[in-house]
Amino acid sequence: MQFQDLGLGSSFHLLLQSQHPGFFSPPLRAGNGMEPALQVPHGTTVLALLYDGGVIVAGDRMATEGYSVSERRIEKVHAVDDSSVMAIAGAAGPCMEMIRLFRVELEHYEKIEGVMLSMEGKAAKLAAMIKGNLPMAMQGLIVMPIYAGFDKKRNACRIYKYDVAGGQYEETEYHSIGSGGKDARGALKKIFKKGLSREAAIDVAIEALYDASEADIATGGPDLIRGIFPTVKVIDRNGVVSLADDAVKIKLNQLMTRLGG
Amino acid sequence: MPLPYYVSPEQMMQDKAEYAKKGIAKGRSIVAMEYDRGILLIADNPSSLSKISEIYDRIAFSGAGRYSEFENLRKSGIRHADMKGYLYSRDDVNAKALVNAYSQALGTVFSQEMKPLEVEILVVSVGFSAGENEIYRISFDGSIFDEKRFTVIGGKSETILTYLKNRSGTSAASSNREASEFSEGLPSLSGAILVCVEALEEGNHQKLNHTLLEVAVLDWGQTGRVFKRLSAAELEQHLKR
Repeated sequence: MQFQDLGLGSSFHLLLQSQHPGFFSPPLRAGNGMEPALQVPHGTTVLALLYDGGVIVAGDRMATEGYSVSERRIEKVHAVDDSSVMAIAGAAGPCMEMIRLFRVELEHYEKIEGVMLSMEGKAAKLAAMIKGNLPMAMQGLIVMPIYAGFDKKRNACRIYKYDVAGGQYEETEYHSIGSGGKDARGALKKIFKKGLSREAAIDVAIEALYDASEADIATGGPDLIRGIFPTVKVIDRNGVVSLADDAVKIKLNQLMTRLGG
Repeated sequence: MPLPYYVSPEQMMQDKAEYAKKGIAKGRSIVAMEYDRGILLIADNPSSLSKISEIYDRIAFSGAGRYSEFENLRKSGIRHADMKGYLYSRDDVNAKALVNAYSQALGTVFSQEMKPLEVEILVVSVGFSAGENEIYRISFDGSIFDEKRFTVIGGKSETILTYLKNRSGTSAASSNREASEFSEGLPSLSGAILVCVEALEEGNHQKLNHTLLEVAVLDWGQTGRVFKRLSAAELEQHLKR
């Protein structure tokens, strides 16, 4: 094996595009009868909300294919480096691929340049990758993330949302996407307050997810029989922490008691 | 029409080798040493441009000689490793394939280009126990040396290597007294750092300012990306013991 010196700078995404162009499948042509039959796992609720000192990112665990459940334990919230996470909604395959690619992209940059990308830089890079996915999105293979993390330069956590064309927007309080995103946003609108404590913010996230799972058939609720609970990740200046299932279960039980009167 | 000068291939190779060696010896040295938890890399490097770098989860790189040249090799190595890890799996990235690619690259330049690369590089990798350490030294002409325990590249590498061999008792010339310290088993990290710093000082014939050392380790006990740089404060801690 020999090295190819391509003068590509520090982007792994561009390196992959130049060396393996086939990796990025071209869009299907219109009129070949593929589009209507195309059914890919969809349906999700993922959300992010800021609290005093950090950000909570949470998501349900169910993937659907049309009206059936294709996966009960899928992870939609992933740490991409030691200070940021990506939560995804859309077609499962391309979403997972993009997370994997984005992770390598950030690590690659860090190794080549000797420093990490800034939070702004990471968010912008993700926007460019989503923009590159536009032809696929037109065919229904949408990748739609929420990106949240700790910005070392600003010493604060930040949340970014995107649109299919790669548009990037910063949220200063909370955001939620996916088929149940609107329902979760409705809940968040009522129960979110600025400057929540960490524990209170986790409660808010879990309640909003629970609300979404009640209103949206494609969002999975907590499954007490199989022991499947929503993913909750907490990011602050010290890094990313995933809440253990037991901790989420306790919070959920408290919520049930509260709701049940 | 004047005849072109004839230079025998032997002469040409010899000249190139001499040229490369001279360039490499001009710089400062880097020592790699196995310790009980992994591999230590120490570079005598007063500049802020690093000579030691992470390549992948369990692989590190170090280059001596002309900066621009080994920096290019370093980047190529990262690209090679990241690409392989992405197309297959992170577990499929190993030092051997990388070392072969480096050897090919250096060998081709040495035999085909006018100017050989004035670099000597190290590729080190840790497995999941002390017995799985790998240290490869690749010279300017692409030859690979599979090293054990410790090795030195760049600058006064011969002097430093002799010193380390005496200290470790692997040299025939070393006396029994000297042979005691780290001949049995691998040293602790602090022990390895101390020996390496002393060896670098021996090569320089003067005390080194510890803040000007670039130090990094690969710790096989960790998971994920195990490459870690040691800060000046951490280094001082180790040297105090």
